[in-house]
Amino acid sequence: MSVSFWAWLVLLFPLLGSIVIGLGFRALPQKVAGAIGTISIGLAFACGIAALVSLLGDEPEARHHASSLWDYASVAGLDIKLGIFVDPLSIFMVLVVTGVSTLIHLYSYGYMQSDEGYHRFFSYLNFFVFSMLLLVLAGNFVLLIVGWAFVGFASYALISFWYRRETATRAGMKAFVINVVGDIGLVLAAFLIFRELGSFDYGEVFEKAPEVFTTNEWTIVAICLLLLVGAFAKSAQLPLHTWLPDAMEGPTPVSSLIHAATMVTAGVYLIARTHVLFELAPTAADVAAFVGLATLLVAATMALVMTDLKRAIAYSTMSQIGYMIMGVSIGAYSAGMFHLMTHAFFKALLFMAAGSIIAAMANDQNIDRMSGFGKAMRFTSITFVCGALALAAFPGTSGFFSKDEILAFAEARGGMYLIFTVLGYVGALMTAVYSFRLVFRVLPGRPCPEAQELIETGHVAHEAPKNPATGEPEDTDVGFPGPEHHIAEQSLPMRVAMAVLAFLSLVGGLVQVPGIDEVITKFLEPVWEGSPLAAIEPTLGQDYTGLGIGGVIAIVGIGIAYLLYVREPERPRQLEQRLRPLHTLFVNKWYFDEAIDFLVVRPALAVGRFANRVFERIVVDGLVTGTEGTVRGAGGVVRAVQNGFVRSYALLLIAGFAGLALYFLLSSS
Amino acid sequence: MEEVLFFGSALGALGGALGVIAMRNPFYSVLALIVHLFSLAALFLLLTSAFVAAAQVVVYAGAVMVLYVFVVAYVGGGGESAWEPIPGQRFLAPLLGIALFVELSVAVLSSSLLALGEGGPDVQAGFGDPAAIGRLLLEKFLLPFEASSILLLLAAVGAIVLAARRREEAA
Amino acid sequence: MNIEWFIVLSALLFATGAMGILIRRSPMVILLCLELMLNAGNLALVAFSRMVGNGQGQVFAVIVMVIAACEVVVGLGLIVAIFRRRLPLNVDDLRELRG
Repeated sequence: MSVSFWAWLVLLFPLLGSIVIGLGFRALPQKVAGAIGTISIGLAFACGIAALVSLLGDEPEARHHASSLWDYASVAGLDIKLGIFVDPLSIFMVLVVTGVSTLIHLYSYGYMQSDEGYHRFFSYLNFFVFSMLLLVLAGNFVLLIVGWAFVGFASYALISFWYRRETATRAGMKAFVINVVGDIGLVLAAFLIFRELGSFDYGEVFEKAPEVFTTNEWTIVAICLLLLVGAFAKSAQLPLHTWLPDAMEGPTPVSSLIHAATMVTAGVYLIARTHVLFELAPTAADVAAFVGLATLLVAATMALVMTDLKRAIAYSTMSQIGYMIMGVSIGAYSAGMFHLMTHAFFKALLFMAAGSIIAAMANDQNIDRMSGFGKAMRFTSITFVCGALALAAFPGTSGFFSKDEILAFAEARGGMYLIFTVLGYVGALMTAVYSFRLVFRVLPGRPCPEAQELIETGHVAHEAPKNPATGEPEDTDVGFPGPEHHIAEQSLPMRVAMAVLAFLSLVGGLVQVPGIDEVITKFLEPVWEGSPLAAIEPTLGQDYTGLGIGGVIAIVGIGIAYLLYVREPERPRQLEQRLRPLHTLFVNKWYFDEAIDFLVVRPALAVGRFANRVFERIVVDGLVTGTEGTVRGAGGVVRAVQNGFVRSYALLLIAGFAGLALYFLLSSS
Repeated sequence: MEEVLFFGSALGALGGALGVIAMRNPFYSVLALIVHLFSLAALFLLLTSAFVAAAQVVVYAGAVMVLYVFVVAYVGGGGESAWEPIPGQRFLAPLLGIALFVELSVAVLSSSLLALGEGGPDVQAGFGDPAAIGRLLLEKFLLPFEASSILLLLAAVGAIVLAARRREEAA
Repeated sequence: MNIEWFIVLSALLFATGAMGILIRRSPMVILLCLELMLNAGNLALVAFSRMVGNGQGQVFAVIVMVIAACEVVVGLGLIVAIFRRRLPLNVDDLRELRG
């Protein structure tokens, strides 16, 4: 059983699961559908492990296999195969995606139980996993774009899952449109690559690129910038990030899977995969690094003031992905991927725990109303704290090792890149503060009414269903959330999933302790061979200094949060008053939505209105009606010949005869 | 001598034709046509076609015109109003008539038929006799002869069908 | 007395008949004009027969007379039928064949 065989199976199982559940939604009972969904991803994970084992049997230099099923398009100089490329990077992504997805499917098994669209949910979720796997396993740019587009569609379908909610459908459209903007960039980059290098295949492109391009030639910079447009749209970096907070309209497992662990990491994967191109265009790489840094900081400021629990975690995602983008742009490839993995663990966990709390609050997501869940929901709180510790990079957790590795690399690279280190630590401080802001607002203190109800009766709070964003009443039919809310304490699948992730969040970092074992770095090394940047390694001293600083910052941040939200609860309000302009800026999300509305949406609508008024009404309608009028007029004229008068028919007859005779006379003379 | 006869008959024929198209009362038109037919019979005689001339008088002027007279008497017939509903008809009709005449004349006169300019070859004595016509009808033109008799039968049946009174009309 | 004169006369009579059809509105008179045209044809046929010197044209003319008789019979039958139905005997008023 070769590596490629297992890789194809990895793609097959989620697709099969999606199709079976999708087609059999009437026949399959709920539990069976959920089981099929989860097991198919589990099988994919198992095949991923098998592929990994197979791959490790090869020599490190030979650990890349390309395999194709058939020729997709072989015409006019194009030679596109339906091919996958299996190397340590793709296997790494496969394992992360399928592993976290299996757990999230397990979580959804319990969480979505009372939803009318249960089958649809699992079908979409499986399709999403298939698309993501297609994206990471693709062996050429065309298949990458196919996977990219599928992922965008799956995201749209899942964000607007409760499709009768207008806010949800609007959020889905927003996400899709911004994704399409990214797709345009990606497709244009692919065109340019084909034009310059003559192929779409990864192997050929990465081999030829250093020969064809000189460093920072404008073509390669253009290619990389276009790739970045795609990456930023997918990974919600500035300025194409406005869709991510709105995407929280989707069910919590969706936020957990797509908008924390997998889809938003596609941009990071893209940059890592095409690192050869980015190393040839340092300008573009630097642009990416600065955008990542900017996103990191801006998103952290927004997360500091968000009062919606899920949105706060979404901004945290944006910020952490900023770290990853920054990492892979400056050359810290393995570190960036490592952070991707640990982030997947703790962010998915945070979303799951948040989902549990929101369910207990009868779908209310406002943290101002939440308190005292520490007592009401023991299990959820413990896992929530685990996730927050990892996010804040508390010493010993997985986040601790991964985040600081990126910053240490930036330091080792030196020069301008020290900015990244310094500002990266500033961001880390903000991260620690906002993550524990959430913890200290929601968990300790006097239980709020919903929590009280939970403690006393064990019943989850129940309210007349209404849209949390607009407050309008809803019902619980298909297209709306189901009537029941499921919390972790009452659902075994949810608990299992969260427990596994909590464990991984805490100890997952131990595979990459500097100097002791560097499993990830060694595993991913063959992918970046030949890259001068990847060869830069921070010294052990730099590593441990970084870890030390990071640990201190994390504890300081947690301390600040404790101070502000537990010991002196009036302080936040005082700070708010004093820094009112800043606070308004942060709460209004730095006015990005308004800017985009002004710069893009309104002109587009104006163009559309103009096109309708002038072009459509006058030109097109004029053409059509004009043609119709002309034909009708002509018909009217011709109809006059058939007037019913026999004598006029006789006239025409004789006139015709006279004409013919004339013609023959003239032509024969 | 022959020219005088020719021109006289020609005038008669032309006059009859003009009378047909010009008279207001259809009865007068029928009478004009009878004059026209007689003139034509004279012209046939000039062309030494005795049988055709006789047939013209007996069949055409005799039987067909009598039929016409009967129908005109039965139907009656007033004049027609002066107003012409079809625009341009009054103007185009004479024009087309003239055009037709000119074209037909030109077609025949400018053809290369040399024999047109003479009075015809010398024929035997029996040219145009019933015997000659009869022989032709029964030998060479048997098929047209039989076919036209079938046509006559059809016409007779058709006339009976058209003229038959319907049940409702009788009641 | 050339054959030409007969032919020209025949053309003139034919044109007169054609003009009459276009001008007159009573079906009776239109049928009469049709007779005119047929007779003009007959004249031409007999003239040509004399020119050629055999009787074929005359036989043709006789057959044409038969045809004319049949046509008159049917036409007059139609006119009588129209008259019986109390419809106006005016070709312009019988307009149902229109587009």
